Amino acid sequence: MCSTCGCGTDDARVEHEHAPPDHDHGHDEHERTHTVELEQAVLARNDHLAQHNRDWLASQDIAAYNLMSSPGAGKTPLLERTVAACARQVSVIEGDQETVFDADRIRAAGARAVQVNTGAGCHLDAGMVHRALDKLQPEPGGVVFIENVGNLVCPALFDLGELAKVVIISVTEGDDKPLKYPHMFAAADLVVLNKTDLLPYVDFDTRRLVADARRLNPGVTVLPLSARTGEGLDAWLGWLGSSASVGFRPDVRTATPLT
Amino acid sequence: MHELSIAESIVEAVQARTHEDQVRVVRVRIGKLAAVVPDALEFCFELAACGTPLEGARLEIAERPGRAHCRSCDQEFALPDLVLLCSCGSADLEILAGRELQVASVEVA
Ligand SMILES: Nc1nc2c(ncn2[C@@H]2O[C@H](COP(=O)(O)OP(=O)(O)OP(=O)(O)O)[C@@H](O)[C@H]2O)c(=O)[nH]1
Ligand SMILES: [Mg+2]
Ligand SMILES: [Zn+2]
Ligand SMILES: [Zn+2]
Repeated sequence: MCSTCGCGTDDARVEHEHAPPDHDHGHDEHERTHTVELEQAVLARNDHLAQHNRDWLASQDIAAYNLMSSPGAGKTPLLERTVAACARQVSVIEGDQETVFDADRIRAAGARAVQVNTGAGCHLDAGMVHRALDKLQPEPGGVVFIENVGNLVCPALFDLGELAKVVIISVTEGDDKPLKYPHMFAAADLVVLNKTDLLPYVDFDTRRLVADARRLNPGVTVLPLSARTGEGLDAWLGWLGSSASVGFRPDVRTATPLT
Repeated sequence: MHELSIAESIVEAVQARTHEDQVRVVRVRIGKLAAVVPDALEFCFELAACGTPLEGARLEIAERPGRAHCRSCDQEFALPDLVLLCSCGSADLEILAGRELQVASVEVA
């Protein structure tokens, strides 16, 4: 999909390598250093690949969502339900350090899935998603979910080329998480509050969660739901539908304030 | 530990420009709101530079404080964290600085 510059595939780095340096500074004679100005974003390469992903997804009319949460917040169960209920064709990129458990679950739920194992890595980057998309071959006009590695810190930094970032927090994790993990909540285009069926059993102040999330991310929509019972799933499907059809822009929030 | 990825990205970005030249110093700008811990980055940079022309190079980190502009009252002020709140009570802020994650320059032998 990147015939233009070929980047993103494993060996594509070759195309970004330049000819051997033709300058000679007399290395052998003496140690004289000179300054080379770079003035570039550290993550420029990731951002470049992310833009490729974004362009390609747009050309295929595919809406892609980056799902991020701590381990066990319920990303995979939410996706299993979404596969069954979503009107558009769903396919999934599963990111975990090890195992193909989650991809197997998504396939069992009836959708295409590709597992990415990051090994020591604690987040997905745009290059991994690029390669995964190549393998996944998602249907034009469909929806791609990218389940990031369970981690409330690192994935926030890496643009994958997604339409929107969805942060999932479950009621068993505590209502103080936004201010403890501000970068993740500041980056969210949508916050899903999962496991609401467990609210009677835990001390979780939903108002506090919403208020704190909005201190970092004014106006962000918080959708409460239970991936277990299916309660709240309609609002989630509705948000997916509207965000995909308007071409989600982070500065345009859907107006469904949670009280 | 995304600092390792950040460090690898720094090495990659520098090498794309300086190729096989020995790099002695790498200067980066890191905003205080950029979610990168300087100490962790220094540690990871040493690892990431291993076996490359950046091996042994000194990483100079210039930390940039956060600054914001309030669209409601038009004042500009220091922003110590990501909580978006002006003293006037408005949350309609624009972050002006503090999210930098840039390679500024390098010293090449
Ligand atoms: N009661 C209840 N349990 C849930 C809900 N959603 C998920 N769970 C349970 O939470 C546990 C963790 O779910 P996982 O599938 O591991 O969540 P995950 O976010 O995909 O985790 P990783 O992929 O490991 O990061 C499982 O036992 C689920 O059955 C929910 O809405 N209610
Ligand atoms: Mg999972
Ligand atoms: Zn990490
Ligand atoms: Zn103000």
